[in-house]
Amino acid sequence: MDEIDRRIINALQGGFPIAERPFALAAGRLGLDEAELLARITALKQAGVISRFGPMWHAEKMGGGLTLSAMQVPADRFDEVAAVVNSFPEVAHNYAREHALNMWFVVATERPERIKQVLAEIESRTGLPVHDMPKIEEFFVGLRFEA
Amino acid sequence: MELSDSDHALISVIASGLPLVERPYRAVGEMVGMDEVEVLARIEALRDSGVIRRFGVIVRHHELGFRANAMAVWDIPDTEVGEVGHRLAGSDQVTLCYRRPRRPPVWPYNLFCMIHGRDRATVEETIRGLIQCHGLETYSHTVLFSTRRFKQTGARYGRPLAAEVGHG
Repeated sequence: MDEIDRRIINALQGGFPIAERPFALAAGRLGLDEAELLARITALKQAGVISRFGPMWHAEKMGGGLTLSAMQVPADRFDEVAAVVNSFPEVAHNYAREHALNMWFVVATERPERIKQVLAEIESRTGLPVHDMPKIEEFFVGLRFEA
Repeated sequence: MELSDSDHALISVIASGLPLVERPYRAVGEMVGMDEVEVLARIEALRDSGVIRRFGVIVRHHELGFRANAMAVWDIPDTEVGEVGHRLAGSDQVTLCYRRPRRPPVWPYNLFCMIHGRDRATVEETIRGLIQCHGLETYSHTVLFSTRRFKQTGARYGRPLAAEVGHG
């Protein structure tokens, strides 16, 4: 990754043009030409630095359900419980964290009522309580990472 | 915003990303039987209504060198949490900020901030700075670093959709 790649990542984490030739417009702002921008985005995607080029959705505005949940998992059962949790296609992220509540995962579903079912199924398959912490309020920041 | 069937078709085609070609919206239109003008108008509407939160590159923060990721949480009285949340969200280092329910006795915290950094020491320093800057010394708080990432796919919405949701 060089200086130009960094500029592309920093400039394009939002505000991509919705126009006939969006890459040409975005390239112009960065002082590049269209072909070079396309080639660099393709390479960054292949390298895994960017996971996607496109939209980040608002789950609730699409009519879906979204929540963050946590579990307290005994150390000797951690991998087994993680396998159960991760087997649900609705589980989007799952992280081990340093706390008594040591497993934290995001559940996103097409329909809001499915959230409760997924959490109940996880509880019954693992025998462990799931602590559901859906957001009450979001304070807007815009997720940005400086490359 | 009420989504139509053609919106859903469009969403499932662009969910995994825009085609990396000179006229991506025309290419998308060919896949769903819409012309370019119509695709541009629908995507603009999805963006303006907030269904699309952001549009552009979606990075893998770990691969970008942000190896440390912490969830910093506070127990802030309900009457003050809105104001404190707004102030923390306005800090450059905070990448996500939510109010969530407490789950006593196991979980007494109601304000959640995600903070990413190149290494753990930097993130710890950032959090000390936030506490000082925003006068949070008297509130109970803790920091949960992630030790393993098991899964970071997008969310799926039944139809062939993949939407990244933010709480990494």
